This record gives sequence, C-alpha cells and structure tokens, in this order.
Amino acid sequence: MTTPDSASPRSMRTPLGRVRSLGASHSGTFDFWIQRLTAVASVLLILPVVIVVMMLLGRNQAGAAQVLGAPLVAIILLLFIIATAWHMKIGMQVVIEDYVHNEKIKLAAIMANNFFSFAVALASIYAILKLSSGV
Amino acid sequence: MTARIERPLSPHLQTYRFTLTMAMSIIHRITGIALYFGTLLLVWWLIAAASGPTAYSHVQAFTTSFIGRLVVFGYTWALLHHMLSGIRHFFWDLGYGFKPNEREALTWAALIGGISLTVLLWIAAYAIGGGR
Repeated sequence: MTTPDSASPRSMRTPLGRVRSLGASHSGTFDFWIQRLTAVASVLLILPVVIVVMMLLGRNQAGAAQVLGAPLVAIILLLFIIATAWHMKIGMQVVIEDYVHNEKIKLAAIMANNFFSFAVALASIYAILKLSSGV
Repeated sequence: MTARIERPLSPHLQTYRFTLTMAMSIIHRITGIALYFGTLLLVWWLIAAASGPTAYSHVQAFTTSFIGRLVVFGYTWALLHHMLSGIRHFFWDLGYGFKPNEREALTWAALIGGISLTVLLWIAAYAIGGGR
C-alpha cells in the first residue's frame, strides 16, 4: 500500500529525512526560547508593575496621566507590554496548533492571533508614548 | 517502508486517572487564554488614560462596578497563578522537582501561592486606594 506521504519503495530517504522541517510550526526552537525569555522578563517586571498599578489606585485621569507619563513608569510598562504580548502570541499559537487541525482554519487562526497580539502591543505602546509626550 | 505501521494512539484525557499536576496543566492553559483576552482591559485603560477625563471615567465606572471588580480580581488571580505555575515549569526545565512528592509540592505551592498573593494584593489595594 502506498500512501501519499510515504516514499516510493526505491527511495533511499529515511523516515526521519522525510518528516524533517514538516512539523506543525515550520520553525525550530526559536519560539521555545523566546517563550522562556519573555516569561523570565515578566517575572522580573511583575513587582515594579504591581507598584505602578498601586500608585494609580483611586486617582482621576489627570493624576493617572501624571504617573503614567513619568519616564521610569513608562519604561517599566513598555518592557512589560512587549514581553507579555510576545509571550501570549506564542502561547496562543501553541493552543491553536494543538486544537485546530484543519490547515486553512489553522492558518487563519494563527494570522488572527498575530494581528491581535501585535495590535494589543502597539495600542498600549502608543498610549504610553502619548502620555509621556504629554500631547 | 511502504506500508503504514499501525501505531498505538495517545489515549484521550478522560482515560487517565485524575492527578493534581494534570489539573494544573489545564488551569495553566486556561489562565493563559484568559490573560490573553484580559489584555483588552489593559489596552482600554491605557488608551482611556491617554484620551482624557471622560474616557477614563468610563473605565473607572466599570472597574468600580461589581462585575468589573470581579473581572479584575479574576485577572489578578489568573496573572499571579500563571506566573507561579510558570516558575514551577522553570524548575522542571532545569531538571529539578521531578520526584512524585517534589512535583506535588511545587504544584501545591503554586496553587496556594497564587490565591494567597491575590488576596494579599487586594487587601493592599483596598488599603491604599481607599485611603486616597
């Protein structure tokens, strides 16, 4: 019996050779590494971020804008947003690859995931930079 | 290698005996997904702060409402739980904590730590926010 993904009887290619580079993600360990890198970054940043959130409690817009516009606060939040947005993009892609088996729907879902994560990051970064410049 | 070999497939989740680490694995994924969509709150809040007093008052109306409080409380727990559960994964990535009692202890620590930290943080938040 010959299935579409099996080699011809005369082929010299090994089973490993045929499946190499045909994995679900079509990429190597880059995402694995970035997922851990951004996780460590988020853990390091959580305490400063919690302090910033505590500083904002009970303040009105003018007070909040003043706190968020301070350079140190803005930098902490920017780092946290970049790390978490990247982390969640990779995490959601893993979930999609685990549960969505239809190739076209999977591609669409991964695209939507990229759009969402990038939009979340960019919108947050824009808001913080706007608060920092005081425009 | 012409014929397809009938290899055993991995049994479905419900076939396995329930274990704590298994439940935590599922919770880790669910909290991750919740945090993913929860970032919309963060974005809304930051854009509102950058937009002006009216937009910001809408956010505050939500966060001070009962549903809003519940959502933000849930978000706090999901974040802290996901973080501690993730730190547990770092132990395993580095090759530690694989003995049965060790992995159970790590898992309980993350579970209890996440709830405790959330409650502590909210007590602090009420103490600070209420005093302002």
